[in-house]
Amino acid sequence: MSNSVIDRAARATPNAMATKVRGLSDRAIAWIFVAPTIFILLAINIFPLIWTIYLSFTNFRVNRPNNAVEWVGLRNYERILGDADIWITMQATAHFLIWTIICQVLIGFTLAYLINKKFRGNDLWTTIIVFPMMLSPAVVGNFWTFLYQPQIGLFNYVIGFLTGADPSSFSMIGEVSLAPWAIVIVDTWMWTPFVMLICLAGLRSIPDSIYEAAECDRASKWRQFWTITIPMILPFLMLAVLFRGIENFKMFDLVVQLTGGGPGNTTTLTSIDLKREAFEKWRTGYSSAYAVILFVTVFGLASIYVKALNKVKQR
Amino acid sequence: MSFSVTEPSVRQKWIAGSLVIFYALITMLPLLWIVATGFKSSTDSIAYPPKILFQPTVEGYVNVFTTQTRLSAELAEQPHDDLPWYEQLARNKGNTIVGASRYSERFLNSVIIGFGSTFFAIVLGTAAAYAFSRFKVPLKDDLLFFILSTRMMPPIAVAIPIFLMFRNLGLNDTHAGMILLYTAINLSLAVWLINGFIDEIPIEYEEAALIDGYTRFQAFYKVVLPQAATGIASTAIFCLIFAWNEYALAVLLTSGTAQTAPPFIPTIIGVGGQDWPAVAAGATIFLVPVMVFTILLRKHLLRGITFGAVRK
Amino acid sequence: MKTKLMNSAAAIGLLFAGAVVATTASTSSAQAADLTLCWAAWDPANALVEMSKEFEAQSGHNMSFEFVPWPNFADRMLNELNSGGKLCDLLIGDSQWIGGAAENGQYVKLNEFFDSEGIKMEDFLPATVTGYAEWPKNTPNYYALPAYADVVGWTYRKDWFSRPDIQAEFKEKYGRDLDVPATLEELKEIGEFFQGREIDGKKVYGAAIYTERGSEGITMGVTNALYNYGFQYENPDKPYELDGFVNSQGAVEGLEYYKAMYDCCTPPGASDAYMSQNIDAYKSGQVAMQMNFAFIWPGVEADPNVGGGKSGYFANPAGPAGQFAQLGGQGISVVANSDNKDAALEYIKWFAQPDVQQKWWDVGGASAMRAVVEAPGFASSQPYAQTFLDSMAIVKDFWAEPSYASLLLPMQERIHNYVVAGGGTAKEALDGLVKEWDEVFEDEGKK
Repeated sequence: MSNSVIDRAARATPNAMATKVRGLSDRAIAWIFVAPTIFILLAINIFPLIWTIYLSFTNFRVNRPNNAVEWVGLRNYERILGDADIWITMQATAHFLIWTIICQVLIGFTLAYLINKKFRGNDLWTTIIVFPMMLSPAVVGNFWTFLYQPQIGLFNYVIGFLTGADPSSFSMIGEVSLAPWAIVIVDTWMWTPFVMLICLAGLRSIPDSIYEAAECDRASKWRQFWTITIPMILPFLMLAVLFRGIENFKMFDLVVQLTGGGPGNTTTLTSIDLKREAFEKWRTGYSSAYAVILFVTVFGLASIYVKALNKVKQR
Repeated sequence: MSFSVTEPSVRQKWIAGSLVIFYALITMLPLLWIVATGFKSSTDSIAYPPKILFQPTVEGYVNVFTTQTRLSAELAEQPHDDLPWYEQLARNKGNTIVGASRYSERFLNSVIIGFGSTFFAIVLGTAAAYAFSRFKVPLKDDLLFFILSTRMMPPIAVAIPIFLMFRNLGLNDTHAGMILLYTAINLSLAVWLINGFIDEIPIEYEEAALIDGYTRFQAFYKVVLPQAATGIASTAIFCLIFAWNEYALAVLLTSGTAQTAPPFIPTIIGVGGQDWPAVAAGATIFLVPVMVFTILLRKHLLRGITFGAVRK
Repeated sequence: MKTKLMNSAAAIGLLFAGAVVATTASTSSAQAADLTLCWAAWDPANALVEMSKEFEAQSGHNMSFEFVPWPNFADRMLNELNSGGKLCDLLIGDSQWIGGAAENGQYVKLNEFFDSEGIKMEDFLPATVTGYAEWPKNTPNYYALPAYADVVGWTYRKDWFSRPDIQAEFKEKYGRDLDVPATLEELKEIGEFFQGREIDGKKVYGAAIYTERGSEGITMGVTNALYNYGFQYENPDKPYELDGFVNSQGAVEGLEYYKAMYDCCTPPGASDAYMSQNIDAYKSGQVAMQMNFAFIWPGVEADPNVGGGKSGYFANPAGPAGQFAQLGGQGISVVANSDNKDAALEYIKWFAQPDVQQKWWDVGGASAMRAVVEAPGFASSQPYAQTFLDSMAIVKDFWAEPSYASLLLPMQERIHNYVVAGGGTAKEALDGLVKEWDEVFEDEGKK
C-alpha cells in the first residue's frame, strides 16, 4: 500500500527532476513563489487598466465629486481623435522620437565602433560616458534650463564662443524654431550611451574569424564594414531603437522640466498633454480615453516592430 | 610578434582613443557644471560670461538646507559676530535663517521609498524568477511578457487610475503607497533580470543537492541564491536607481509627506528669485550616489538597461 | 525550510498593513495641534514663518509650513485638495480656486465663525473680500479671510529716468518729458526708448513682462493690456455669453499691444518669464521697467543694487477703454479635510487682529485690512504704499469658476502661442479661446 502511495505521489509531481516527497510539491512551491508577484501586478497594473477603460466611456471628473457619473459611450474617443490639437502634439512627439533616435544611433554607433578599437583605458572612458544615462532626468533637465539661459548659460556661451554668434541673440528653449531641438539635444546627451553600450555588445559578439576570412578574400575594409559589421550588428541596433522608441514615446520628466511644453505648443509631447488633461483640467473620463489610445498605439507599434526584429534575427 | 588582421593599428587606436576621450569630456561638462555651481555664490552663478574660476563658498549648501527670510531692520543692526557660521553667511547676504528646509526630509523619503520598494521587488521577484526558471508554470511566456508590458505604459496614463485607487484607500502621499507602486513597477525588471541570472546556473547543482537530501527550499536557499547573489545585487541596484530617479508618478501622487527628491529639487528657490547654487548643491548630493552605483554596476550595466535582452 | 516563505508572506503583509496604518493613524486632535499651513514659496511666506512664532507661543500649537513655488503651486495644491489629502490644515490658496473649493466642499465655510468671533468683512478692502473670500461672487458667503492683498503693478528705474542726458534725449525724440507713463502706449514708447540702450557700459532693455507658459504667468500679464483695451470676460447683461466680449475689437487690439510689447521691449530669452525671472532681470540691471505683483516691492526697496530710492513704482497705466490691473493675492482658508479645524480657526482669529495685521504690513506682508491701509500715515509709510493703494482700487480678476483650470489652460496656450511663438493672428487666438471656453461652460451645463 504505502509503496503505491509514494509511486502515485511521485507521478503526480510534474517536474522531470526526481524530487523527494518531502516538504511541498514543486507545483505548490511554484505557485507560492509566483502568486505574490502576480497578485501585485494584478492589483497595481491590471485592475487599474480595466478601470481606466471603464472610465474612458464616462464623463467622470475627479474635481466634481457631486456630479453624477454618466455613460457617454464613444464620445470621449470621438472628441480626442477629432481634435486638431492632438495631432499637433503627435507631430511634436514624432519629431522628438525620430530625431533623438537618428542622433543617438549615429553617435552611439560611432562611439561603440571607436571604443571597440580597444585603446588603452577604454573601460574607464566608457563608464564616464555612461553617467548621464543613469541620472534623474527631472533633476538634470531642470539644470539644463540653466545651461540654456541666453544671458548666463554655459551652452549659449560655448556656442557663441565656437560660432562667433552673440550668446544672448538666441534662446534654445524660448524660440519656436529652436525648442524642439533643445529637447533633442538633451535627450541625445543623456541616452546616446545606451545605444553605445548595445552596439558595443554587438560589435564584440562578431567573431574575429569572419574578418580574417574576409581579409583572405581581399575584401576592402569598407566592404567588410558593409557586408559584415552592419548586418551582424543590425539586430542589436534594432533592439536599441525599440527601447529608445518606447522610452521616448513615454517621455515626460525631462521635457516637462526643460520647456514645460512651450513655447506655445511646440514641445507639448503626448504625455505632457495627457498630464494637463488629467491632472490640471481633471477631465478624468476624457483623459482615460486618451490614455487608452496611447496604450494601443505603443503596443501596436511595438508588436509590429518586434515581429520585424525577429525576422532580422532569423536571417 | 604575432600579427592579427583584426587588431587595430597603434595609429587607429590613438585616433579612436582621442575622439572618445573628447566626447567623454564634453558629455561630462554639464555634470561638472552642476558640481561647480554648487560652490558658487549666487552672484557668481549668474555672472556673464560664465565663471570658470571663482571663489568657492558653501552658501549654496547652506541655502538648500535652510529656509531664510529677509532681515528686518532691527535684526540687521544687531551685532552678529557670535552667531554660528551658517547664520553669519546668511546675514552677509541680508537674510536670516528661520528654520530647516524640507530638503533633508525629501532626501530621506527618497531613501525610504527607494530601499523599501527595492527590497520588496527583489524578494518577490527572486521567488517568481526562480519559479519561472525551474518549474513548468502554465502560460509562462505570456506571463513573462505581460510582466514586461507593464513597463511600456506611459507613467501619466498609469497615474490616472492609481490616483483614484490610492485616494479611495487613503494611500495618496504616503510612503506605503509609493513603496507599493514602485515595487510593482520594479517587479517586472527584477523578474526578467533575475530569471536570466538563474537560468545561467547549471541545473545539475540543484539536482545534486536534492539527491543529497535537501528539500526544494533548501536547494533554492543554499545552492541557487549564493550562485545568483551578484546578479541579484546588481538587479537591486537597478531597482534602486529607478525608484531614486522616478519623477512623473512622484510629482502626481505625493505632496508634503512622502514627496521624494526629484520633484522637490526643481522647486528649490531662494529669497527673491531662483537660487541656482542651492539647486546645484541639492542636485549634487542627490546625483553622486547614483554615479557611485554606476561604477559598481559596470559589469551588468548592459543587461540591466535592456531587461536582460543583451547579455555581454 | 519555510522561513523564506514566511519572510515573503510577512513582507507582503507589512506592505498592506503599512497602508492601513497610514489611513487610520491621523485622527487625533488633542489640545496642542500640529498645524500645517500651505502657501506659495515666496518672500511673504518666509516673513509669515517668522511672524507665526508669536502665534505658536500664544496658543501652544505647533506650526509647520509647506511652501510650493508659484509655477507648481496650483498644480500641487489642487491635486492635494482633489486627492482628499490631509497635508494642509490652513491653505492660503489663490483667489481663482475659491469657486471650486467652495462648491466641492473643500474649504470650510467661515460665516458662522466670523459672526461668533466678531470678524467683519467690512473691515477689509472691498476688492479683496470679493476677490479672495466670496463664492458665489457678490454674495455674503465667505470661504476665506483676505490674507494677502496683491495686484500687478510696475517698477521702474527712477535713477535712470532722472538722468539729464537721458531725459534730454527722450524729450527730443518723443516731445514730452520722460516720466511715469500715463497710458500703455506711453509705456511702450519708454520701453522702445530703453531697448538696446547702453547705460553705464551695459546693454539694457525696455521692460520685463510676464510670458510664462506652464502655469498662469502670461495670462496674469496679458490681462493688464486686455482689460484696458476693452476685453470683457462675458456680456455684463448675460452671464457666460462670450462671443463679442472676449474677442471684441478692443480685446484684439489689447492682445496685439501685448505682442508688440513682447517683440519690441523685452530682454532676450524672456519667453518663459514670471515673477522670479522678472525680479532677476530687474535686479541685475537689465531692464528699465518690470511688470510684477506688488509683493516684490519691499524686496526691491531693500535690494543693494536697485533699492534705496533708485526705484519708483506706478500703477498699470490706462488704455483706451479704461484703467484696470490684474488682481493677485490670496485668502486664508481652512481645509475641510483637516483634522485640526479648531486650531486652524484659532490661527485665522489670531491673524485677523488689527495689530497682527499691522505687523504683517511692517514685515513685508500686504494686509488687506482697512484699519491698516487706510490709517493716516499709511500712504507715506513706504515709497510704494500709495501705488499699492491706487492699484488695489482698479483691480479685476480672472474667472474664479469651479472650472477655473480648464479656462486658464487654453488661455495660457493660445496667448503664448500668439505672443511668444508668433502663431496666427490675435483675432484667431481670441476666437479660439471663445470656442474653448464655450465648450467648458457647455460641459458645466452653464450655457
